[in-house]
Amino acid sequence: MPYAICFLLFMVGLYCAVVKKNMVKIVIGIMVMEYAVNLFLIMLGYRFGGVAPILSRSDVNNETGQIMQSFIDNSVDPLPQALVLTSIVISLGSLALLISICVRIYEKYGTFDITEIRRLKG
Amino acid sequence: MIVVFYILLLFMLIAAIIAVETKNLLSAVICVGAIGFGGSLIFLFLRAPDIAITQIVVEVLGLIILIRATIARDLTSISGDREFFGTVVSIVIIFLIFMAGFKVLDSLHDFGTPVYAKTEKAASQTYIEKGLEDTGATNIVSSIILDYRAYDTLGEATVLFTAVIGATVLLRKKSRKSPEVLE
Repeated sequence: MPYAICFLLFMVGLYCAVVKKNMVKIVIGIMVMEYAVNLFLIMLGYRFGGVAPILSRSDVNNETGQIMQSFIDNSVDPLPQALVLTSIVISLGSLALLISICVRIYEKYGTFDITEIRRLKG
Repeated sequence: MIVVFYILLLFMLIAAIIAVETKNLLSAVICVGAIGFGGSLIFLFLRAPDIAITQIVVEVLGLIILIRATIARDLTSISGDREFFGTVVSIVIIFLIFMAGFKVLDSLHDFGTPVYAKTEKAASQTYIEKGLEDTGATNIVSSIILDYRAYDTLGEATVLFTAVIGATVLLRKKSRKSPEVLE
């Protein structure tokens, strides 16, 4: 069920990016898709009653330095979190690039409407 | 607790629909902020504090960028969609993708039971067990991004740098040398 809602969020973003005429709306659609994908990847690693993958003093055995079995059995998946961290930062960079393209097109053509921008062809 | 999670998910969905359908661009941008901060709260719920912090920072910066693009333009809202036939075809295709993806969701394991716990020698399992010993970092996520997969972070920095170069080149008003100097 949470996966389905997340997929619906992705579809809302896809609809926005495909159907809308306004360039900023298209950028917003792409952003919504990014949110949905990041959320989906984090959800894949969640476990009920889990703890964050951060060790505290009580999770490490003092004598042997071994990590307690309770932490290993309860921690959520740290790998998607590390990869999504990368993805979020990259989405900021791509957002800046997209918006700068939009600003330049606005300066040149005076509109955000993609159907008005006809001189691009040829 | 799970109820809070569902409420936040629905909040994100509703904010996305409002952001898509509203006419005013500034309202749409603010709704995007609502999606992002709702997502940050969900990340906290899903036990991913690092992601939540990063999401808040990125969200604030992204809002500034988006508002920079929309404010001080004439906010003439563009009404109407693209031509009718194309819109119908796109909606049908999106619906088909949705149905196909819905089938795929059945094959996933249930929410709340990560797949790595059932597989022997999964990478995540190794990171959790050996992370402190190998890298000395108590935060497993930081031990992954800065040690086990440090090349990923290097690639991320490269991509970010390339995007910044692209944005700078696009937004530059004129070349550095003035025409008199060229002649």
